[in-house]
Amino acid sequence: MSVVTLVIDGHDVAGQSGQSILSVAREHGIAIPTLCHLDGLSEVGACRLCMVEVRGARRPLAACVTEVQEHMEVTTTTDELTDYRRQIIELLFTERNHVCAVCIANRHCELQDLAKALGMTHFDLPALNPSAGVDASHERFGIDHNRCVLCTRCVRVCAEIEGAHTWDVRGRASEARVITDLGTPWGESPTCTSCGKCVQVCPTGALFEKGRAVAEGKERRPYVPFLVARNRRS
Amino acid sequence: MPEPDDAPARARHHEPVLPEGPVRATANVCHAAGCLSLGSDLVFDRLCERVEASGTDDVGVRRVGCLGLCAQGPLVKVPEHDRLYAKVPAEPDELDQLVEQFRSGTGGLVVSEDPFFARQVKVVLRHCGSVDPEEVEDYVAKGGYAALRRAVTEMTPEEVVAEVTESGLRGRGGAGYPTGLKWATVAKSGEGGHKYVVCNADEGDPGAFMDRSVLESCPQQVLEGMAIAAYAVGANEGYVYVRAEYPLTVRRLNSAIRQAERAGLLGTAIADTSFSFHLEVRIGAGAFVCGEETALLASIEGRRGTPRPRPPYPAAAGLFGEPTLINNVETFASISAIIERGGRWYAAIGANKSRGTKVFALAGAVERTGLIEVPMGLSLRQIVFEIGGGVPGGHRCKAVQTGGPSGGCIPEELLDMPVDYESLVSAGSIMGSGGMIVMDETTCMVDVARYFMDFCREESCSRCVPCRAGTVQMHRLLDRICSGLATRADLERLERLAAMVQRASLCGLGQGAPSTVFSTLRYFKDEYLAHIDHRTCPAGVCEMAPFEMAGSGR
Repeated sequence: MSVVTLVIDGHDVAGQSGQSILSVAREHGIAIPTLCHLDGLSEVGACRLCMVEVRGARRPLAACVTEVQEHMEVTTTTDELTDYRRQIIELLFTERNHVCAVCIANRHCELQDLAKALGMTHFDLPALNPSAGVDASHERFGIDHNRCVLCTRCVRVCAEIEGAHTWDVRGRASEARVITDLGTPWGESPTCTSCGKCVQVCPTGALFEKGRAVAEGKERRPYVPFLVARNRRS
Repeated sequence: MPEPDDAPARARHHEPVLPEGPVRATANVCHAAGCLSLGSDLVFDRLCERVEASGTDDVGVRRVGCLGLCAQGPLVKVPEHDRLYAKVPAEPDELDQLVEQFRSGTGGLVVSEDPFFARQVKVVLRHCGSVDPEEVEDYVAKGGYAALRRAVTEMTPEEVVAEVTESGLRGRGGAGYPTGLKWATVAKSGEGGHKYVVCNADEGDPGAFMDRSVLESCPQQVLEGMAIAAYAVGANEGYVYVRAEYPLTVRRLNSAIRQAERAGLLGTAIADTSFSFHLEVRIGAGAFVCGEETALLASIEGRRGTPRPRPPYPAAAGLFGEPTLINNVETFASISAIIERGGRWYAAIGANKSRGTKVFALAGAVERTGLIEVPMGLSLRQIVFEIGGGVPGGHRCKAVQTGGPSGGCIPEELLDMPVDYESLVSAGSIMGSGGMIVMDETTCMVDVARYFMDFCREESCSRCVPCRAGTVQMHRLLDRICSGLATRADLERLERLAAMVQRASLCGLGQGAPSTVFSTLRYFKDEYLAHIDHRTCPAGVCEMAPFEMAGSGR
């Protein structure tokens, strides 16, 4: 692996070829907001929050899936990017039913944190208030699709770390849902190992452990860093 | 699924009448989707019966592909007399009279003098309407597969790529990437490993039927182009990805592949050389986004059809991770002519940086809708008024929509603009795959924007947030404007949201979704403002909703 030098937000930084802009930026303490990204899982470039400006590129590029190149000039924060990020968060909030006050993940929610960090004080687009459904058929866990942001972390952790591939995505547009197996209720899934990794990696309160009340979803992902380290080694 | 275009099995139909001696007239009955839906298969059967019953041996009857003037089907062409008969009835008595006209060369319209045909230059469609789409022998008799033979026996792969590069051909799927460059990239990728050639026939733009017509009229021409491409880039396997909504296309493709393999023109040891190329048809499951190349490849692999970020481009890592050449139907259909007549000949057609010809599906408020092929650089006005015969019903042309949901509306005052990739982009639209919808003043442009946004909203693959959730909100804002409930703040919000979705979406579907909004705002902002400020729809299309009461929740 060869060393690549580039400029991020005016700082000269170095990374290895093949590394993403996001990874190099974070190694150098430069923050870029993310939602679908999780260290140790494959990248999907879906939430678009990590978009950065790269000199010479026609449009902003997702930092999680763009590899660093020699002499690259990256800008992680501009007024335009901040506006886009805020709009994306606003779209997520209006798309389903994210009511923090009654959510198990209140104050431990990555969506909430992002909204705060990006200064989203209100939304002026109408909330769509869909009735997205809940699956509470599993003995220990449940999924409330109304809080799902379709980041597909659960899909990836299940396939890539646990190796079960219980989760997948069904449907398209606003009808898209994460599903277990081919849409069988979670509790009846023959492939689910009940390991709970999906619950641990969920950025919102969509996947939850039963028996916890509002704002009690705090003890999250105790073993995610371990999984990540293991995945990196292999 | 309704299947008006899925003709009943061949067995139930009459065999073509092909007299052995010299003929005075051959009735070429169109058997492409448009005419079939108007009953051309019945016309064909009856015509065969009448000709046989009359005892003449100098009139032939055969099936051919699209004759172009789809609006006036069922069509019959008599090439001996250069005549085209429109709206041919299936009544036996009238057919008897028509057969007499066929023999004497009277009636109908004279093809070479008719403006619909005279303005066209046929390269891709040169066999359309003259060969039987279900008989490989017919295609070979018309010079088909000569280009493939020549390529594999007389040319090196590098020479083939050089010829295509010289032609200046650009991707006909819409983006206009130089085809020669793409082929050269794939040819250099990988080290002697597996490679694939994929044909994108997942045509899904509203109002577009170019790829369908080409594949239903002369599938062999596309297969030949693919085989030449495979030889040029060093691939031995390929796929044609067709949407399931085209059952006749699928049937004709499968039959064409089987026939070509039997004739030694596809499969193993093509034209008795060591080159082999195996082709399979893959059928889509109805997702528009699978026309996006990475989603298409995922779908062929059996995965969920969602786009992935590029790079890596398919030329480097495509199908099953191998270097993959992926081109559109029309691009492949152009190849045999380029190899036969040379890249220089092809490059002499066209204008500016757009060389060659382009097939368009002319539809909407135009007198003569149909399938046309014109040299690049012809003006939109010539296409709409000279070829298309203008707008019917005494209406005036208001705009021409090109490029489907990712395209835009070009207003009447810009119709003198030449049709080429760059000019269309500068006017806020794109070439796209070739859909061309003419709109008259009874069309509301805000309603058009809403229609296309609704399309994108439904077809979003759901992977990235700007497209999945942004199109929903843009559609709602457009709906508010159409209902007369919007304020100027809503319009500003729409523009801000559209800019974000265009810049931030993962693939072309999301990036292109706001373009109809932008182009209609650019040329028809007064219509938006009429809806907002005066609660009126100038075109008289939109119905204004009653004002909401405060706190009603919207």
